[in-house]
Amino acid sequence: MAYSDKVLDHYSNPRNVGSMDKNDPNVGTGMVGAPECGDVMKLQVKVNPDTGIIEDAKFKTFGCGSAIASSSLATEMLKGKTVDEALAIKNTEIVNELALPPVKIHCSVLAEDAIKAAITNYKEKTAKEQAAVTL
Amino acid sequence: MKFPIYMDYHATTPLDARVLDAMMPFLTNKFGNAASRNHAFGWEAEEAVEKARKQIATLIGANAKEIVITSGATESNNLAIKGVAEMYAERGNHIITAATEHKATLDTCKRLEKHGYRITYLPVLASGLIDMDMLRESITDKTILISLMYANNEIGVIQPVREIGKLAKEKGVLFHTDAVQAVGKVPVNVIDDNIDLLSISGHKLYGPKGVGALYVRRKSPRVQLTAQIDGGGHERGMRSGTLNVPGIVGLGEACELCRKEMASESVRLAGLRDKLKAKLEGALDEVYINGSMESRLPHNLNISFAFVEGESLLMGINDVAVSSGSACTSATLEPSYVLKALGAGDDIAHSSIRFGLGRFTTDEEVDYVAQKVISVVQHLRELSPLYEMFKEGVDLSKVQWTAH
Ligand SMILES: Cc1ncc(COP(=O)(O)O)c(C=O)c1O
Repeated sequence: MAYSDKVLDHYSNPRNVGSMDKNDPNVGTGMVGAPECGDVMKLQVKVNPDTGIIEDAKFKTFGCGSAIASSSLATEMLKGKTVDEALAIKNTEIVNELALPPVKIHCSVLAEDAIKAAITNYKEKTAKEQAAVTL
Repeated sequence: MKFPIYMDYHATTPLDARVLDAMMPFLTNKFGNAASRNHAFGWEAEEAVEKARKQIATLIGANAKEIVITSGATESNNLAIKGVAEMYAERGNHIITAATEHKATLDTCKRLEKHGYRITYLPVLASGLIDMDMLRESITDKTILISLMYANNEIGVIQPVREIGKLAKEKGVLFHTDAVQAVGKVPVNVIDDNIDLLSISGHKLYGPKGVGALYVRRKSPRVQLTAQIDGGGHERGMRSGTLNVPGIVGLGEACELCRKEMASESVRLAGLRDKLKAKLEGALDEVYINGSMESRLPHNLNISFAFVEGESLLMGINDVAVSSGSACTSATLEPSYVLKALGAGDDIAHSSIRFGLGRFTTDEEVDYVAQKVISVVQHLRELSPLYEMFKEGVDLSKVQWTAH
């Protein structure tokens, strides 16, 4: 299969690889996929609690080149967005940007799921914290 | 070094230049039909075919009269299995094969199932070998054929063919073996191994594509087949169609070269393969060899790099031609059924790479490939959340994954 230049670029120079402290209250972590299925994405966001803006995003992915590229691109898209804007990101944006062929669309779906999982995790954490404060 | 480096010799092999030399006259001036009995063009073609038949037979310890020419091993397997099933239908309807066979065998058996035959698909051990006791217990008075491959095309594991042949003979059951990956690479002898039918493919032993052979035993027992292609009655009625003379000449020459060079070639390739294995295992943790290392083709290495997905690894070593059992590299989007049959789990299949070395593989190439694979695996493990978790001591089998 031939890969698009953008996929190759993200594969060779993945953006924002790494991990953040998942116990940090401002960090939301999402992990989706399964090893038996051939892809697992871990995506993390660090949110500024005052502005609600995502200041940093990191990923690690086990998966094919398109899965790596999708999650790498997702971290780029996330930075600077508010939490709610992030939730509105659609997998089709990733498909278009990376020119993914039909057999690789599930990689973009997984990246969207990872974004949602990370944001949800962050929201749950802050909700809990607020609950703790109001107690 | 020439790039890309070819290390996928189980998929196909390049034509040996000496084979092309032997074929060339039959692609040009010597164009006769081997079935033309009344002029020199025909005689010349027939003579060339008979010489090739002898070369093919000699490589496997058979008689030239026992070689039926086909278009390749897919056809040979079809002819052997369907031909026996039809011919011996009155004697029984049960065939035994294994889960790790090539699709040319499995899908042929599946078709027969639709026509009322009963097929036993033997599981394999973690080594990739069949369990001889299980085979023995599977044989019933309705069993007419055992079809088990000599060596597997993915993991290179060599089945206990001699024992299987002996058992089949004892029980009066015919034994077919798909020996595509073994013939010309390791010594194969149809007499010593009690093989009744054996499939060969030209393009797997440095011959041309689109030509193959089926060995059909002529005595003790005399095996009969129902033809699957009807026509002019060529190949003693077992396979009609004008003979592919240049292809057959090429197959013959390829067999002769293998016979002469196999001993030294297999030692050389085993040395290179072992070096590749040692380098990879020396530099990387968590690598797993798929299938038995003891009973294996000398030029095969099938290895899984845990926590790294196969297709992404292939992408990183894009100047090296190898293949992977990862779902992402297969047309069906399923991980390799052969690796799954070993019972190691789908994740091991997703992380597997098959290296197939061959006649034109050099020492330098092996060094380059080893180095490249090591650096790409390291890069991908930096990216791998699974490797990170493993390093943190997380038991990945206990994690609740969100399968999709
Ligand atoms: C074990 C085995 N059997 C059968 C075949 C089919 O051979 P052919 O390509 O000659 O039809 C192959 C090759 O793909 C093979 O590896």
